[in-house]
Amino acid sequence: MNRVNLTINGKQVSVLKGTSILNAAREAGIEIPTLCYHPDQFVKANCRVCIVEVEGRKELPSSCSTEVEEGMALWTNSRRVLEARKVIIELLLANHDADCLMCHRNLNCELQKIANQAGVRINRFENVLEMQEVDISSPSIVRNPNKCVKCGRCVEICNEIQGVNIIEKIGRSGEIEVLPTFGRYLSDVACTCCGQCSTVCPVAAIYEKEEIEKVWEAVNDPGKHVIVQTAPAVRVSIGEEFGMEPGSIVTGKLVCALRRLGFDKVFDTDFTADLTIVEEGNELLSRIKNGGVLPMITSCSPGWVNFIEQYYPELLDHVSTCKSPQQMFGALAKSYYLDKMNLKPEDLFVVSIMPCTAKKYEALREEMSVDGVHRDVDAVLTTRELGRMLKQAGIDFDKLPEEKYDDPFGITTGAGVIFGASGGVMEAALRTVYEVVTGKNLKRMEFHTIRGLEGIKEAEVDLKGLTVKVAVAHSLSNARRIMELIRSGKADYHFIEVMCCPGGCIGGGGQPYETTNELRMKRIQATYQADTDLPIRKSHESPAVKALYEEYLIEPLGEKSHKLLHTHYRDRSIKRAQ
Amino acid sequence: MSAENRFLKNIVLTKRCEKINPESIESYVNAGGYEALKKAVTMEPQQVVDEVKASALRGRGGAGFPTGIKMEAVLKTEVFPKYLVCNADEGEPGNFKDKFLMENDPHQLLEGMIICAYAMGMEKGYIYIRGEYIEPIRILKKAIKHARGKGFLGKGILKKDFSFDIEVRSGAGSYICGEEFALVESLEGKAGRPRNKPPYPTISGIYNKPTQINNVETFSNIPFIILEGAESFKGIGTKSSSGTRLISLSGNVLKRGVYEVEFGITLKQIVYDIGGGVPGGRKIKMVQLGGASGPLIPETMLDLELDYDRLSENNLTIGSGAVIVIDERYDVIEILRLIMKFFKHESCGKCTPCREGIRQILRILYKFGSNSATQNDLKLLRTLSNVMSETAFCGLGQAAPTALFTTMEYFAHEYTSRIKKPGVILKAV
Amino acid sequence: MKLQNVIEKHGRLPENLIHILLEYQAQKDNNSINEDEISHVARELGLSENRVYSVITFYSLFSKEPRGKYVIQVCNDVPCHVNGSFSIIEELEDVLKIKMGDTTRDGIFTLEKTSCLGCCDKSPAIRVGESIHGDLTPEKISEIISFYRREYDECRE
Repeated sequence: MNRVNLTINGKQVSVLKGTSILNAAREAGIEIPTLCYHPDQFVKANCRVCIVEVEGRKELPSSCSTEVEEGMALWTNSRRVLEARKVIIELLLANHDADCLMCHRNLNCELQKIANQAGVRINRFENVLEMQEVDISSPSIVRNPNKCVKCGRCVEICNEIQGVNIIEKIGRSGEIEVLPTFGRYLSDVACTCCGQCSTVCPVAAIYEKEEIEKVWEAVNDPGKHVIVQTAPAVRVSIGEEFGMEPGSIVTGKLVCALRRLGFDKVFDTDFTADLTIVEEGNELLSRIKNGGVLPMITSCSPGWVNFIEQYYPELLDHVSTCKSPQQMFGALAKSYYLDKMNLKPEDLFVVSIMPCTAKKYEALREEMSVDGVHRDVDAVLTTRELGRMLKQAGIDFDKLPEEKYDDPFGITTGAGVIFGASGGVMEAALRTVYEVVTGKNLKRMEFHTIRGLEGIKEAEVDLKGLTVKVAVAHSLSNARRIMELIRSGKADYHFIEVMCCPGGCIGGGGQPYETTNELRMKRIQATYQADTDLPIRKSHESPAVKALYEEYLIEPLGEKSHKLLHTHYRDRSIKRAQ
Repeated sequence: MSAENRFLKNIVLTKRCEKINPESIESYVNAGGYEALKKAVTMEPQQVVDEVKASALRGRGGAGFPTGIKMEAVLKTEVFPKYLVCNADEGEPGNFKDKFLMENDPHQLLEGMIICAYAMGMEKGYIYIRGEYIEPIRILKKAIKHARGKGFLGKGILKKDFSFDIEVRSGAGSYICGEEFALVESLEGKAGRPRNKPPYPTISGIYNKPTQINNVETFSNIPFIILEGAESFKGIGTKSSSGTRLISLSGNVLKRGVYEVEFGITLKQIVYDIGGGVPGGRKIKMVQLGGASGPLIPETMLDLELDYDRLSENNLTIGSGAVIVIDERYDVIEILRLIMKFFKHESCGKCTPCREGIRQILRILYKFGSNSATQNDLKLLRTLSNVMSETAFCGLGQAAPTALFTTMEYFAHEYTSRIKKPGVILKAV
Repeated sequence: MKLQNVIEKHGRLPENLIHILLEYQAQKDNNSINEDEISHVARELGLSENRVYSVITFYSLFSKEPRGKYVIQVCNDVPCHVNGSFSIIEELEDVLKIKMGDTTRDGIFTLEKTSCLGCCDKSPAIRVGESIHGDLTPEKISEIISFYRREYDECRE
């Protein structure tokens, strides 16, 4: 018998053997509040919020870590359970800066939610919090230790998924803290700014550095021409901020919303994603033809670029010199578009809406400035920040009509859209490279083996007799595996796509809270749906891209491209005494 | 040791202590050492386990779980390698009996471990000992070297197809590492925070392999059981508690030290007959059993017998065998604050009730200490200690409020008498 | 012994981390392990710096901050307390002219509280370096301190 029978709150339930009490209850439609529990992570059982009463047991076990047993009789809402849970939540709140009204996570905080659910109205315990400095040193992430509940989710994602272990539980007992290496500022440790920690934090202990005010100031400045670009992954996730079904494709509403916020032009980063494919594809072919460094690795993901600069600087020659789509857009905006619109550099303000916190760092890099004075991208907002901004403006997203992007950077291809999912850049590149090399029309555009959430994916494509081997990795622990293969000379690939975040940009560090693998899959499905729905699905067929080359750039990898669309990297590893 | 008490028996564990030279294996062998091992290797592993089961030996680390049943579970697990661990992380305040055994008869421990390894098919064993125990570490390492030299450890032990070796590993100052999973984490070179149970270490311990973990005293009982037989062992002690028990006697008592006693002795006999009572003719205020995580009881309860069942009928336990005598000069709140400070220092910080609860308890106790507590504080103290014992992740947090519970029951007036009376009006002079 | 030698003696395995750190720290004059040393151990054992740092901050025998040549650990758990360890603490603070947790200006002594040392039959007890001193009375403290000062001076000469 593979099933176990038990009663939960007096109700007969039958679940698979090995199911936790928590999941058994959920299957039966009974919600048990949790705090440290995360469906994609190891069971930690350290918050003790999800306790239940089991008949015959003296203690109240945590439901997340206790498996069901045949004949078990348990209660999730007995007086004993509710009272103990309330005490535990009060204990947490007694060591927490509960300035909820002004908190980043107000109304979407997991601690606030369970405290409210438990009916905490007063705290019987004295507040023992000793206020500490909030770490605002990173351009991407803010760490507020006064909010931390020591659940360990951020530590796990930093360690297990990203494999960098930049934050860790330090010390013991009441002095335990979650700290960057040696208790330093985030800017002084090898943090990749990926922001995955912020996506799993149940409270506001780690969150993105907000740039909303800066953007409000710009759009309200009559002297400024403010343009905005939207990353591919935002259109399949921003709806979640407004309670829409995960995986809703809301491109048209997004455009309309941005216009209503006061942006002068609304453009699509997909346009420069296509441009990236043309430049990167040609770079790959040139490397193959001229005996350049192989495998070549993509450079779209700034968290990934930070990783290789800090952890594998000796392999930087493998990274494509192409700027990311965000920065290609910024560079073109501050050159081509500036001229075309006859604007002064100080009057053009470029905003990007990104699923990413590392983009905030990328936009600040000194090489990301066409004229060496002004930043190419002036402000970066995450999906979450855009959600907040729209709420501030009282925009009811769900009810918005669908609108179209502006010219000239508003033409979207399927290839550009799939940049948002892990494997998408590679698939877009293959669609273009195949046709450029073979001169033939690609009949089946879908490369299924490089789609989905598998850690490292591979494919082979025959290009006129040359078998091109490619690999796709997402999350930095998988990137590290690939780097070790390259280091040991075992990576016989030509081209590798690396995305910093699990699932690619749709699972980015700036995406809506409570992102899970289930949600990632829905966003991925939406991404490929958006691709299929578009009339043009190959980057080199984008009329906007074609026009840009004809009118301005002349040719891929040409002089103008080199100046505007390509960049260089540097060794940023933290050096210590040997 | 005083011999006038009929329960004071140095027959099982301490018969060689202070008689042989602990740093000489010859001295141990001449006193009958390693004979049990020689006997054990002629038996089938199952027979060895059966003998331990029949002896009804219960773990001496504190929980009192039957050792033979644990061994049986590991024997039946078909996953290899299996590991054997001796828990010598004696950190509970008031306990020093494991140190006594390791310093005075290290080979008895090794022999017990080797027999268990033989029975359960293990090739590697560890003695996890607290980093502060410098002298026992030195003595054990020497004993292991000697045992290897004599062929009691290493490959082909006693010319049998049986290989086993022991490594001494030390902690670095952490009481929680006495908890079996924290110990495993520490053995693997990590911070000692407990893991989820189940699976228990017997299924998935060191490097997720089956791991049998026992206390020093538990292993030290094994040679006697094998050599003299389970029946002889059961002949000592009481019906529900067979064998002898090492008592660490400390505090305000004349003759502090480690004593081997037979189960059935009363606590009063331990304190007065063996310990010689309180110095200076002072009265006993309270006695703590087991150590910091044990109950604090008044003198009136000292007629209780040392016996697992008898104590548990009274909601008490002797834990790892400490008896700490506290005389009338000290008050309950003062002692409780020391105990809770100990737990505050030693909590691993993993779970909410323990990490946050202990410091709240200390705050409330401070109020009692300064006579500024209210009726509400007393209620809160009760609630908090209940929640801690019901919901903490591991034994440390669950047991931390034991002294609180027991004093609230047996010394209730110490709390109520300190509660601030509402509405006191000061008279003008 | 150099750190590298200690690492090689124990072997480059994560499970040896605690032993490596204990042995290396014990022979250092300032009884502590600094960031560079943490990085070194981490690199050699294939661990992250944070993993090593978390171990150092978890166990009470380790310190990242420099301490005296002799760390004096005083037990104040119940068995020691009821035998007068509080008066030993007062005397130590008096003689060394420092407070609990501090290091003497000459860098010879650090005064720390410790959990039970397992010497309750000789309480009150303290641990100085790797030696235990039990059955203490305040009168014995000056003598113990002088002994270590002499030992320290002799080592210097």
